[in-house]
Amino acid sequence: MNGEPLVRVENLKVYFPVRKGVFGKVQYVKAVDGVDLDIGKGQIVTLIGESGCGKTTLGKTIAGLIKPTSGKILFDGNDISKMKKDEYLHYRKNVQIIHQDPYSSLNPTKTVFYTISVFLKRWGIAHTRSQLIDKVSELLEIVGLHPAEDFLFKYPHQLSGGQRQRVVIARAISLNPKLIVADEPITMIDVSLRIGILDLLLDLQKKFGSSYLFITHDFGAARYFTAKGGGLIAVMYLGNIVEIGPAEKVIQNPLHPYTKVLLSAVPVPDPEVSRKKKPIKLKSLDIPSPINPPSGCKFHTRCPYSLDRCSKDVPKLVEVEKNHWVACWLYKGG
Amino acid sequence: MADNTQNIIEIKNLSVQYRAGKKRIKAVNNVSLEIHRGEIMGIVGESGSGKSTLALAIMRILPKNADIVNGSILFNGIDMVKADDETLREILWKRISIIPQAALNALNPILKIKDHFLETAKAHGIEDEKWTLERASKLMKLLNLEPERVLNSYPHELSGGMKQRVLIALAMLLEPEVLILDEPTTALDVLTQRFILDLLKELHEKTNITMIFITHDIAVIADLADRVAVMYAGKIMEVGDVFTVFKEPFHPYSVALMKSIPSLVGDINEMKSIPGTLPDLSNPPPGCLFAPRCTKAMDICREKEPPYLEIKKHHFVSCWLYSRGEKR
Repeated sequence: MNGEPLVRVENLKVYFPVRKGVFGKVQYVKAVDGVDLDIGKGQIVTLIGESGCGKTTLGKTIAGLIKPTSGKILFDGNDISKMKKDEYLHYRKNVQIIHQDPYSSLNPTKTVFYTISVFLKRWGIAHTRSQLIDKVSELLEIVGLHPAEDFLFKYPHQLSGGQRQRVVIARAISLNPKLIVADEPITMIDVSLRIGILDLLLDLQKKFGSSYLFITHDFGAARYFTAKGGGLIAVMYLGNIVEIGPAEKVIQNPLHPYTKVLLSAVPVPDPEVSRKKKPIKLKSLDIPSPINPPSGCKFHTRCPYSLDRCSKDVPKLVEVEKNHWVACWLYKGG
Repeated sequence: MADNTQNIIEIKNLSVQYRAGKKRIKAVNNVSLEIHRGEIMGIVGESGSGKSTLALAIMRILPKNADIVNGSILFNGIDMVKADDETLREILWKRISIIPQAALNALNPILKIKDHFLETAKAHGIEDEKWTLERASKLMKLLNLEPERVLNSYPHELSGGMKQRVLIALAMLLEPEVLILDEPTTALDVLTQRFILDLLKELHEKTNITMIFITHDIAVIADLADRVAVMYAGKIMEVGDVFTVFKEPFHPYSVALMKSIPSLVGDINEMKSIPGTLPDLSNPPPGCLFAPRCTKAMDICREKEPPYLEIKKHHFVSCWLYSRGEKR
């Protein structure tokens, strides 16, 4: 990556307090537990992991929706916790989020036009009604809702799931943001339309040079989106990134035992290949609690290859091949 | 080669409609399907394809606003559509059972798992608690659960994967011949999904139970089904053995569906979505319902409903491209 990254995350920790009973001791869920991550300008970074691994919390914290417990997030070189008002507005305008559920992220009582135009007015991009109609129509055409006049005055219930997600995307790109955090954007979309939404996001990356933080639990979608966009896949486990590298490298040649286990378990739409796969067996199926995660490498309690030192020392991310990093004691210099 | 297949379920010309205000939604539209004894039949389709409605119709547990308007469902020769309550009581859960979609939350939070088994048995006239608990323990061992611990737990004490296994054990309590599973692995993480899929395969090998596995995820079907029925807009577009349908699909919708899945295998440049959207099922267009999105559509496809042709043994396709001998 040339020059300064758009987003730099340094040793980020996000802990949520939980209390057992009214007088119980306060404990902390370590949702994000020491993450370093760069997102370059125009780059795609994909976070993947099982539920509870911290991928959504990390995404929301980068988007400014959750305050970190410690660590730093730099946006365009500025620490977001120390920004002055106008810098903070600039940051909030330039980071937009697309949520998983297009059914609940649109107000059911407002038209498509209203939903998007409020945004444009709020940020002073268009003012008069004719300007707003032109701009909203342009956005709808960009996201493939064609012809735009058929969609302008529709309510969410008159649209399909795929069309709603396109409206959400139109709203997210209306301010021409530098970073889009897309949290499971295709999970609730019909199977036959999913690639269409991913292609749309990839188009926008090419046209407007936006960066993406793409969050998913679906390895197929992660591979498609990240490989096509030339980005990186980061695998998370219990609040840490355990492996990060170019998409096809991570998918075809995973390094971390956890990534290997996950990939060996995913069924594929080819009966011969899927039935020949040999899933790697874990020592335990249960994910340890993020309140009291295991010592050393957090995966050691389940890892079929664990060594003595794995339970004692925390492995750091090391570059095993070009741009491909892994945090595991099985690799030299870990 | 002699054909030893026996049909345990025969669905003929089944149509199910939902009443919604003045509209009638044609959720299942003239569907015919044979389920062979002992097979795993995968039914795959997008939301709105009618796959869950079909399952509920087989069990006769459709919601109140749904009507079976036409057709028959023969289970071992008994027509489920015409069956009276007495007959249904003898069949449901005892001979056919279902794990409905999103059933993970269906367990009663204030009852121990043990009581779920006892109540289910009592509801079907089995008072012998010892028999019930022994059968439950045996099933739990098959499903890799510790019977002692799990039977004495409350639902909230179990993980998603454990609850799903408890539901499978509950559905199999009365030794049914057919088990219908509606999206059983959809809410589960990758590793739990793999574990459940492998367990179901093992269970199938050991008991030879007939399974109907409903999902939107074609990769799951590829992984475990013997045959697959591809549904679209309330119709079966193609049904055949899983290797043929995945390797050489006949129906243009099957072809497009296989390509629309972002997968770990294959060339990502060949994957693409299917343009267009599902037709309005309260007012479907004439002809083939996939025609508006089909790249191979001809004039006749937009005018007349295609015939449901057996183009190979047990392989049916509903498409004008393969209807040479038919009257056009």
